[in-house]
Amino acid sequence: MDILTLLIVIPVLTVIGILFCKDNKQVRVVSAIGMSIQLIQSIIVVLMYFAERKAGNTSEMVFTQTYMWFSSLNIKYAIGIDGISAVMILLTGIIIFTGVFASWNVKDLSKEFFISLILLATGVFGFFISLDMFTMFLFYEVAVIPMYLLIGIWGSGPKEYSAMKLTLMLMGGSALLLVGLLGIYFNSNPAGGELTWNILEIAKVKIPIEAQRLFFPLTFVGFGVLGALFPFHTWSPDGHASAPTAVSMLHAGVLMKLGGYGCFRIAMFLMPEAANEMGWIFIILTATSVVYGAFGAVVQKDLKYINAYSSVSHCGLVLFAVLMMNKTAMDGAIMQMISHGLMTALFFALIGMIYGRTHTRIITQMGGLMKIMPFLSVCYVIAGLASLGLPGLSGFVAEMTIFVGSFQHVDTFHRIVTIIACSSIVITAVYILRVVGILLLGPVKNDEFLKLKDAEWHEKLTTVVLICAIAGIGLAPLWLSDTISTSLAPIIDKISSASIF
Amino acid sequence: MRLENFLIMRQELLLTLVALIVLIADLAIKDDKKRIVIPISIVLFFLVTVAGFIPASEGILFGGMYKSTALTILMKNILNVGVLIVFIQSVTWLKRDDLQNKISEYFILIVSTLIGMNFMISSGDFLMFYLGLETATIPIAALAAYEKFKAKSAEAGIKLILSSALSSGILLYGLSMIYGTTGSIYFADVAASFGNTPLHVLAFIFFFAGMAFKISLVPFHLWTADVYEGAPINVTSYLSVISKGAAVFIFTIILYTVFSQIAYLWRELLVIISLLTMTVGNLFAIRQQNLKRFLAFSSIAQAGFILLGILDGSVLGMTSTVYFVMIYIFSNLGAFGVVAAVSNMTNKENMDDYNGFYRTNPKLSLVMMLSLFSLAGIPPVAGFFGKFFLFTAAAHQGYYMLVLVAVLNATISLYYYLLLIKAMFINTSDNPIARINSDFSTKLGLIICVVGIFVIGFASPLYELIRSLSFGF
Repeated sequence: MDILTLLIVIPVLTVIGILFCKDNKQVRVVSAIGMSIQLIQSIIVVLMYFAERKAGNTSEMVFTQTYMWFSSLNIKYAIGIDGISAVMILLTGIIIFTGVFASWNVKDLSKEFFISLILLATGVFGFFISLDMFTMFLFYEVAVIPMYLLIGIWGSGPKEYSAMKLTLMLMGGSALLLVGLLGIYFNSNPAGGELTWNILEIAKVKIPIEAQRLFFPLTFVGFGVLGALFPFHTWSPDGHASAPTAVSMLHAGVLMKLGGYGCFRIAMFLMPEAANEMGWIFIILTATSVVYGAFGAVVQKDLKYINAYSSVSHCGLVLFAVLMMNKTAMDGAIMQMISHGLMTALFFALIGMIYGRTHTRIITQMGGLMKIMPFLSVCYVIAGLASLGLPGLSGFVAEMTIFVGSFQHVDTFHRIVTIIACSSIVITAVYILRVVGILLLGPVKNDEFLKLKDAEWHEKLTTVVLICAIAGIGLAPLWLSDTISTSLAPIIDKISSASIF
Repeated sequence: MRLENFLIMRQELLLTLVALIVLIADLAIKDDKKRIVIPISIVLFFLVTVAGFIPASEGILFGGMYKSTALTILMKNILNVGVLIVFIQSVTWLKRDDLQNKISEYFILIVSTLIGMNFMISSGDFLMFYLGLETATIPIAALAAYEKFKAKSAEAGIKLILSSALSSGILLYGLSMIYGTTGSIYFADVAASFGNTPLHVLAFIFFFAGMAFKISLVPFHLWTADVYEGAPINVTSYLSVISKGAAVFIFTIILYTVFSQIAYLWRELLVIISLLTMTVGNLFAIRQQNLKRFLAFSSIAQAGFILLGILDGSVLGMTSTVYFVMIYIFSNLGAFGVVAAVSNMTNKENMDDYNGFYRTNPKLSLVMMLSLFSLAGIPPVAGFFGKFFLFTAAAHQGYYMLVLVAVLNATISLYYYLLLIKAMFINTSDNPIARINSDFSTKLGLIICVVGIFVIGFASPLYELIRSLSFGF
C-alpha cells in the first residue's frame, strides 16, 4: 500500500480499534497510539517528500497513484502531494495528535467521541491527498458531518443551536460547491473528448470563460463558507464557542484551512480568468472579514468567542492573500494557514484547560491566573504574541509575507485594501493584550480559583508540541517557505497567465 | 408455448407459484399452527430471488406485449431483494396474536402486487402496462387496510383505493387518447408515430398525471402521508420503496422509449415538478412529529430527486435513476425497519419518543443514523453516491440552477433528518424507550440494509453493470 493511502487507513484502523475497547482508558490509549502513529507517518511523508525533491523529481505532484473507480464517469481515486499539501498534512497530524491529548478527560460516551473526532481527521487527510475532485468532495463532506454530533453531544452552551447552524451552513456551502464542481467537470474538456475530475488534467486546459464566470463564484463561495468568508462566517463564532476543546482545535486549526486550500487549489487554479475578473468582489469581502473579525473580537467577553472572531479575521487574511494572485502573497497565505492552524489550536486547547478548571470563560470573572497556573498562563501569552505577529513566532512571518505580497500591486485599489487589512494587526494587538491584562495579570477575583492546579502531563504535552511548532516556523521560516514556493510555481504560472495586474 | 417461453417469463411464473403454494399451505395447516406459513413463504421467496439471478435469455412474448431484457431482469431482481427485506422485517409484526389468521394473506397480496409490477416493467404495450399497474395497485389497498380493526388502517385502505382509482382513470383516459391518435397501443408503434400535436401533448399529460400519482409527485401526493400513517408500518415501507421503485422504473422506460420524441416537453415538465416535489416534500417533512408521516414526506422529497436523474434522457440518466432507486430501497428500509422494530414493541411512533434513544438502544440508533445519512446523501454511505450521480445527470443536460436548488433542498432534508438524530443522540428523556431485544429476523433485516448502505456506494462494478444495461436516446 502506498504511503499516502496509509494516511487514511491508519485513522480508520484506529476507529475500528476503538470499537473493540471496553472502557474509557482503553479508548484513550488506542486513540493516542493511533494518532501518534499518524503523526509519525505525517512526518515521514514530509521527509520523504523532501527526499524525493532532492532526488530531482520535479513533477508537480509526487507519490501519485491512480486507480479507476467509476470508469464511465471517469471518477478515479487519484492521490498525490506537493509541498503545500505535505505541510498541511503535517499540520493536521500535529493537531489531531494534540487534540487527542486535549480531550483526555472526556468521560461521557468517550468511545463515540474519539470515533467521531478521528473520522473527522480522516476526512481532512483524505481531502489533502486527493487529486480527483470527486474524492476531494467526498472527503470534504466526511470531515464536515461528524461535527454535528461532536458539538451537539459534547459541546457547551447553546450547543444544539450552534451544531445545527454550523452543519447547515457548511452543507449549504457544499451545495454551491457541488454545482461548481459539476460545472468544472462538464467543461473540463472544451475540445470534446473524455471529461475528467482530475485537477492536474483540468489545469492543462482552459475552461471557457462563460463557464468560469458562472462556476468560479459558486466554487469560491462554496469553499469560502468553510474558510469563514464574510458574510458567511456566522457559523464560526457560535460553533467554535459551543464545541468541545479538541473539536474547536481541529475545526479552527485544520477544517477552516480546507476552505482556503480549496479556494486556491480548485477555484483559483482551475479558473484563473474568472478569478481575475471577479477577484475584486471577494477581495472586498475578505478585507471586511479581516477587519470585522478583529473588531468583533475586541468587544467579546467570552474567551472562545474572542478566539473564534480572531479566527475569522486570520482566515479572512488567508483568502485575502490568495486573491492577490502573486507569489509572495500566496506564499504568505499558505504560511498563514499553518501558523494560524497551530496557534489557534493552542489557544483553544488552553481555553479548554482554563475552562475545565474555572468553569467560566467570561474574562471579567477571572483574573490573576498567572499566579495560580503559571504554566498555562505563560503558554497563553506565547499564543497571544504569535497571534498579534511578534517577530520570532510564526504569525509575524506569515502576515509580513502577505502584506508585502499584496502591496506589490501598484494600483490604488489593492493598495487601499491592503492598508485596511493591515489595520487588523493593531486591532489584534488590542484584543490580545486586553485579554492578557484582565485574565492573566491583575488581581485574583475569585478566591476559589486559588485552589486550582496547573497543567497535568497530557496538557503539557499538547501545549509544548504546539509551541515548539509555532516557534519552529517563526525562527526558521525558510524551510517552510521554500517548500511552499517551489510547489506554488506551477500554480502561479497558470494564475498569472490570466492576470492583468 | 414452448419451454423457452416459460423461461423468459420465469420470474412472474415463479411468483405465481409461490402465491399458490402459500394459498394451499394455508388451507392445509391447522389454525393454531398458522405461523409456520411465515418461514415457508420467506424461504420460497428467497429461492425465487436467488433464481432471478440465474442468467436468462431475453425475449418477446405475446406478439410484443411482453418483453424481457437484461435491464428488466435487473430491475425485477432489485425489487425482489427489496421485498425479501420487507418480508424479513415483517416477521415480528406478523407474529402478533390478532393477526394470526391472516398471515398468508399478507404474503399472497404482496406477491400478487409484485407479479403486477413485474408484468408492468416487462410490458411492451400499454395494455400489458395497464394490467400490470392495476394488479400492482389493488392488492396494496387491501394491504393498507390489513389491520382493519384499526380505524386508521381502514381509512388508509379506502383513501388508497379511491385515489388509485382516480389516477387510473386519468391514466386510462390518456392511454385512450394515445390509441386514438396513433392507432396502436404497442410502444414501438406509438413511439414511431408520436408527435407534438395538441392532442398528443394532452395524452401525454394525462399519462404523466396518472404516473405522478403512483410515484407521489407534487401536486399528486396528497394521499401519501395519510396512507403511510394509517397503513401497518411494514406495508408502508413496502409502499414507499417497492411500489414507488417499480413505478419509477417503468416510467423511465416509457419516457425514454415511447415519448422520446417530445423530450423537450417532458424535460421542462419534470424540472418544474421536481422542484415542487422536493421543496414541498421537504418543507412539510420538517413539521412532522409522527415518524411514518415524517418518512412519507421524506420519500416524497426523494421522488423529486429521482426526477433529476430521469430528465437527463441519456444512458447516464437511466443508470443514475436505477442506481439511486436501489440505494433508496436499502436506506429507506433501514429507517423503516428501526421504526417498525420500535413500534412493534412499544407502539411509539413519535419523534419525541425517541429522545435519549441512543443511550438505551445504541445499535438501533446507529442503524437509523446511517439510514438517515444515506437518505440525506452524506458520505461515506451509499446515498451520497446515489445523489451525486443524479445531480451529475441533471447537470449533464445543463440544468445547473435546478441542481443548485436540489442540493439546497438536500440541505433542508439534512435539517429534519438531523432533528431525529438529535432526538436520539443529544436529547435526554426521563422516560426513554426501554432496551429493545430484537429477534433474529429484525436483526437480519437491518443488517442486510446496513451492509447494502455501505457496500453499494463503493461498489463501482455494480454501477457499471447497470450502465451497461441502460439505454438513452
